[in-house]
Amino acid sequence: MTRRLSARAGAPGARILGFGDYRPRRIVTNEEISQRVATDDEWIRTRVGIAERRFAGDDESVVDMSVAAAGKALATSGVLAQDIDTVIVATCTPPAPIPGLAPEVAHRLGIASAGAFDLNAACAGFCYGLASAADAIRSGSSQNALVIGAEKLTDWTDQDDRGTCIIFGDGAGAAVVTATDSPGIGPVVWGSDGEKSRAISVADRSSFMEMDGRAVYRWATTQLADSAHRACKLAGVDISDIDVFVPHQANLRIVDSMVRTLKLRDDVAVARDIVTSGNTSSASIPLALTAMIERGEVKTGDTALLLGFGAGLTFAGQVIICP
Amino acid sequence: MATTEEIQSGLAEILEEVAGVLPADATPEKSFTEDLDVDSLSMVEIATAVEDKFGVAIPDDELANISTVGDAVSFIEKNQS
Repeated sequence: MTRRLSARAGAPGARILGFGDYRPRRIVTNEEISQRVATDDEWIRTRVGIAERRFAGDDESVVDMSVAAAGKALATSGVLAQDIDTVIVATCTPPAPIPGLAPEVAHRLGIASAGAFDLNAACAGFCYGLASAADAIRSGSSQNALVIGAEKLTDWTDQDDRGTCIIFGDGAGAAVVTATDSPGIGPVVWGSDGEKSRAISVADRSSFMEMDGRAVYRWATTQLADSAHRACKLAGVDISDIDVFVPHQANLRIVDSMVRTLKLRDDVAVARDIVTSGNTSSASIPLALTAMIERGEVKTGDTALLLGFGAGLTFAGQVIICP
Repeated sequence: MATTEEIQSGLAEILEEVAGVLPADATPEKSFTEDLDVDSLSMVEIATAVEDKFGVAIPDDELANISTVGDAVSFIEKNQS
């Protein structure tokens, strides 16, 4: 006879208690980049909307940046490290594939024996991580989770390739997610299109990142609006209820195009952190949200739509209530 | 089926909306990148707007072969359903 196993009772919902970020010290302006490759400030601003980005130094590894961002998120949330039971690090730029970074991040934060794993969904990684944490809480596997998006894209970027070196930067962002009676993280809408797996890729360990910008742009601006609408519907909100829109910061023109296509309210706070951070892949959404909260553009209780998308191709979106 | 004139004026409208090109400048011999200062991402936006307006599909490899306004008009003419 097949045994019937017992399941664990989980919480009715999960919500975010607070965000934190880490921005590397070194600011790299368009002027500095144009000294190395044939480009200029105006060309970069019109193509991708970036004015400056951060490059991490030798003492700012993916783990270092993860620990700093997570430490800030814990402090903002008022949660003790010892109460965290799950650590998820979303990254596509670990320095090496073994071991995963999450156990070391947990250890350095003083979190003992947490469930800890890395997740690679590229620029959609933070939204995948948030969904995984929320689902772990709802199924009883976790009570308090840390979700971190951290990248050192400059390790994998050819600084002589004008197509990519102007776009990518480094950084980390984190969120503390906890069990709650009233859900503050809506159901995720996620998916992928592996037929386009070469659209953004690093061929092997000695290669740099290559990107078919045109294919990615077309996909992002035409295929993702429907998923954003579905994420709203599943969370029980209308697109007109959205106060804050935080898409992955891939290119300012993609952000602006999405704002037009989604027909958001005119007064919606839209993340445009790419202007000063560049594209930081999985870190971009929590980096942008942390800055928007600190500037007072996002208030406690605001309804935000998050939409991650990138290499894979992968995408994930969900509605959250802002802490 | 749109006539050549209708395609031409429809394309000019899209060019104005997406890339701020004056309709009078959108003549057949003009190159999108060289003469009209339309970059590769704006070309993608123009392509998707053309797809919606004229019901044609312009995959990225076909888009790469379209360099002038005239190329675009004849592509739409040939492929419209």
